[in-house]
Amino acid sequence: MKDFGYTINRDRQIDYDALPRDVYHQLKKMEPSVNACISCGTCAATCTAGQFTDFSLRRYILLLRRGDNSEVIKNIDKCMLCGKCMLACPMGVNTRNVIQSIQLIINKL
Amino acid sequence: MHKFDPFVLPFTLGLIFLAGCLATKYFTWVKNLPGEEKTKIKKGIFTLKSLKALQEVFSESLLHRKIFKVNPLLGYMHASLAFGWFLLIAAGNVESRFFYHGHSSPPYIPIFFRFFQPHPTNFRYEGLFSFIMDLLLLIILTGVALAWFKRLYSKYFGMKKTTVLLLGDRLALSSLWVIFPLRFLAESFTSASYGGGHFLTSNAGAFLGSFLPAQQLVYPTWWAYSLALGIFFAALPFSRYMHIPTEVLLIFLRRYGVSEKKVTTSFTNIEINSCSRCGVCIDPCQLASVANIKGVQSVYHLQSIRNQATCEDQSMNCLMCGRCDTICPVGIDIKSIRMAQRKQQAIQKENAFSYVSKINVKKADVIYFGGCMTNLLPSVKKSMIDILKEAEINYWFMDETDSICCGRPLMLAGKEAQARELMLKNKALINASGAKTLVTSCPICFKVFNEEYKLNIEVLHHSQYLLRLVEAKQITINRLNTRAVYHDPCELGRGSGIYDQPRKLLNKILHLNSSSQEKENALCCGGSLANLKIASDERKKITLHALQTLTANNPDALITACPACKKTFAISAPITVMDIAEVLSKSMVRKDRRQINRVKIRQDVPEEVEAG
Repeated sequence: MKDFGYTINRDRQIDYDALPRDVYHQLKKMEPSVNACISCGTCAATCTAGQFTDFSLRRYILLLRRGDNSEVIKNIDKCMLCGKCMLACPMGVNTRNVIQSIQLIINKL
Repeated sequence: MHKFDPFVLPFTLGLIFLAGCLATKYFTWVKNLPGEEKTKIKKGIFTLKSLKALQEVFSESLLHRKIFKVNPLLGYMHASLAFGWFLLIAAGNVESRFFYHGHSSPPYIPIFFRFFQPHPTNFRYEGLFSFIMDLLLLIILTGVALAWFKRLYSKYFGMKKTTVLLLGDRLALSSLWVIFPLRFLAESFTSASYGGGHFLTSNAGAFLGSFLPAQQLVYPTWWAYSLALGIFFAALPFSRYMHIPTEVLLIFLRRYGVSEKKVTTSFTNIEINSCSRCGVCIDPCQLASVANIKGVQSVYHLQSIRNQATCEDQSMNCLMCGRCDTICPVGIDIKSIRMAQRKQQAIQKENAFSYVSKINVKKADVIYFGGCMTNLLPSVKKSMIDILKEAEINYWFMDETDSICCGRPLMLAGKEAQARELMLKNKALINASGAKTLVTSCPICFKVFNEEYKLNIEVLHHSQYLLRLVEAKQITINRLNTRAVYHDPCELGRGSGIYDQPRKLLNKILHLNSSSQEKENALCCGGSLANLKIASDERKKITLHALQTLTANNPDALITACPACKKTFAISAPITVMDIAEVLSKSMVRKDRRQINRVKIRQDVPEEVEAG
């Protein structure tokens, strides 16, 4: 074919079906209340670990929902399980079991 | 005199099998105990402790006194079976000793005495013994009848719920229940055919013999009785009835000081095999009674461990409130066993918190550690600071900013390595401060500081410290015209044994109502950090039920000494909920009058009463 000097751009799309959301699916089974999370960020605001490092449960739930697991896997063990996030969560999400479950799921991987 | 018949074989073989099985297991378990525990046994065995153990075996394993306290009918049922059977065996042995003039007999002779000697003519004590044996048999039969009735209507025995038994236990139970009716039938038919017996078997024999072929039924019923015994003995080591011999071993070892450790040891095997699955632990468990969560109670947890089928969902779904532990008639150390399971199931990680940066230390006499929960309750923090300032204490509020957790929530989740890392960091800060006293307003923190940190300084819960300040007149009080009820937090009360000091302090300030469930019987607020699995609506049910009990006689305020309890109650309570520090701060006479705490507890009642 003659080269007219045009290029065809590849489609820029995010293929959600290709993302590995199985961690989040398993998390939903183990702790159904994670569905109620509205990403308000109160948990991250009160977080004890968050005073010293980059730990944000709000962010991690969002990332898992998008299938972006790597940052979560690296950081999830930083939680002290202190319970402040659970006391603060307005939706009654069992945040401590969310973290515990993520740790269990990741351990099996 | 003939002393053998083939029908004794099922009983004898079953007994030999049982004896061998128990000897092997007990020898192995005791041999595998940690060295320091075995030393305790050696030191204790020839002391008074052995006599005390024997006394406990008599009052608990036979008379079941702790079960009588739960419910008298339940106690009678257990005692009539246990003590009755024990006396039957003992009396039977005495009877055959007397009859055979002190010569020893094979072990089955006392059990089947009436078969071999239905109506001995030259036995001086036949009347007395046959009366005793008949009486004991009657008592046991009433026990069996009650046991059968309890399976259908447990509420008459003070138990709303009883254990749901697995198939193996049901089979063992069935064999146990037919033993005594079969003995009764065998002895009655024997009495009808050959005479002998007393008020029970003689009359029953006469009645049954009037329409049944008694003589033909003698031999088959003795066979059936022997078979029932043999099956029961063979099933015993694999069923709930293993508790019968094992709890005797447990009582002795416990008297010598042997106890559970952080990890499972062979002592744990002895404890879990001592669990009779009586089910008394189910009703006190608020997960069962209020939140309808089944299958996680101690009886089922211990069963899972015995069947080597534990799972995280079961071991983590427990408030660790200690109500089951308190009521267990066998005194099994349930909480420690569950903690060891959690530790085994948890993923231990080293250096998980290396990201924690340097925290500044302040030199002071007293360290106040609020804890993670207190840090979310500004009014409690403010009250403590006001009190410390008023008493002119040289204090350091350790976790005012840049705080790390005390480590107990991680420990409760079984993550001991992670907990130890936090504990080391905190301990370094505490030591560097040079303080002589550590005060915390959270019972969860208090328990770990007191038991795990191994600090060289005094560790106090704030209710103890505040009482000390008031008694030393470093704080003066104006009484409040309020009626309040005090809630015992699980970690402070059952967890650390502190029931009286908070009440002593509160009685100086206001009028305390008592509650129907308090001190060792206090309910859990439901906010427990030890339960990772419970959902928020299930927790709410527990909280509302606890509130209902606490506010039964209409107090003006609910006072607690734990920030988690306070937060949990405050969301749902119809009345004011206050921490003990807030109450003291409110009633405290301040040098600077402008600092008066303006929150009113009740609008219609004048608050302060003139100091007397």
